[in-house]
Amino acid sequence: MQLGFYFNELLGSLPYMGIGMLGIFVVILAIYGCIALLNRFFAPKSKE
Amino acid sequence: MSQVLDLFSNIGNFTWQQGLMIFIGALLIYLAIKKDMEPALLLPMGFGAILVNLPLSGAVGPDGIITTLFRAGIENELFPLLLFIGIGAMIDFAPLLSNPKMLLFGAAAQFGIFFTFSMASLLGFVPKDAASIAIIGAADGPTSIFVAGLFKSNYFGPIMVAAYSYMALVPIIQPPVIRLVTTRKERLIRMAYVQKPISQATKILFPIVVTIIAGVIAPASVSLVGFLMFGNLIRECGVLRGLSESAQKELANLITLLLGISIGFRMQALETTFNGITVPGFVSVETLVIMLLGLIAFIFDTVGGVFFAKIMNLFSKNKVNPMIGAAGISAFPMSSRVVHKMGLKEDPENFLLMHAAGANVSGQIASVIAGGLIISMIGPLVK
Repeated sequence: MQLGFYFNELLGSLPYMGIGMLGIFVVILAIYGCIALLNRFFAPKSKE
Repeated sequence: MSQVLDLFSNIGNFTWQQGLMIFIGALLIYLAIKKDMEPALLLPMGFGAILVNLPLSGAVGPDGIITTLFRAGIENELFPLLLFIGIGAMIDFAPLLSNPKMLLFGAAAQFGIFFTFSMASLLGFVPKDAASIAIIGAADGPTSIFVAGLFKSNYFGPIMVAAYSYMALVPIIQPPVIRLVTTRKERLIRMAYVQKPISQATKILFPIVVTIIAGVIAPASVSLVGFLMFGNLIRECGVLRGLSESAQKELANLITLLLGISIGFRMQALETTFNGITVPGFVSVETLVIMLLGLIAFIFDTVGGVFFAKIMNLFSKNKVNPMIGAAGISAFPMSSRVVHKMGLKEDPENFLLMHAAGANVSGQIASVIAGGLIISMIGPLVK
């Protein structure tokens, strides 16, 4: 590897930043939704 | 006389680069013992670095023990995955299940990974190396080992040293960054904590559901997420207490020990050839650049988490202390402790620990998913 500035590579990598963050949020939101469902359907039974 | 001289002739084979690496190895051992910085890993790594940098070391080479361990456990990603079982068994996801909103901070605090990927590309690293360097920002050693190993990065050694060193340095790196991007008023925001009871069924189903979701959406992450969640299932199922304790203690300790010393294989000062691939020596300008990029990854993880909390505050009635966002990095439990201490420093009655712990364990999940996404995205470019 020759150290240097490679602006084309930088421009080429920018979409990965967007897709990567979008991908993480999609997975995390899906998990969030499932936790909400689990908490709703498997809520601990009240002793009252 | 000549026989005596022959006995010591190997001293003449010493190079200054090997001397420097032995010094670095000793420094890692010092930091582990005296400064208590990730001692379980930095000490074996430091000793491994000394072992492989002695001239004509028998520990490396085709039949050397370090080479054998590297092939057996790191080249095929076995050690990091086994370690994930132990880590999964150690994590209590209750604070997260009680307040799932914290998951979002785990996602936001992975920003440093993707930012660093772009920076590494700008500096001319090829995609497989840029991705391996970027994953230092996962703040999760086993994920870094897994991704860098899978991509067969030429810079495996520096990446490991950076990943584990910066994890240990979280209490030093994060506070100034958090102070820089938050106001005192924001740091004073109090957050009420109500521990909602979580059923046993939820705790058992959670690891299974997460594995399925992550596996379907990001299949490359399934071994990472799956082994982490397998460990957690053993912990939560309630019928495998013995296995859970073994995973948390014996398995995790043994793998950590072997992992640390095996990493030494990639800390050889001089260029080597492994499996027909030329691996650059550790002593190079690139190593310094990788250390810098690793620091950038940690800084932008923190910034990403904090700014996401600020954005949430624009739309939410119940304000979030933006420092919680910084706990979304995976370095558990250091990051949540840092945030908690900073909160107490500003206001001795502001207890942020449970919120921060929720964000911190979500960072564990998000970091392995990020690792899987990096593999999915960059993998096709490497082949």
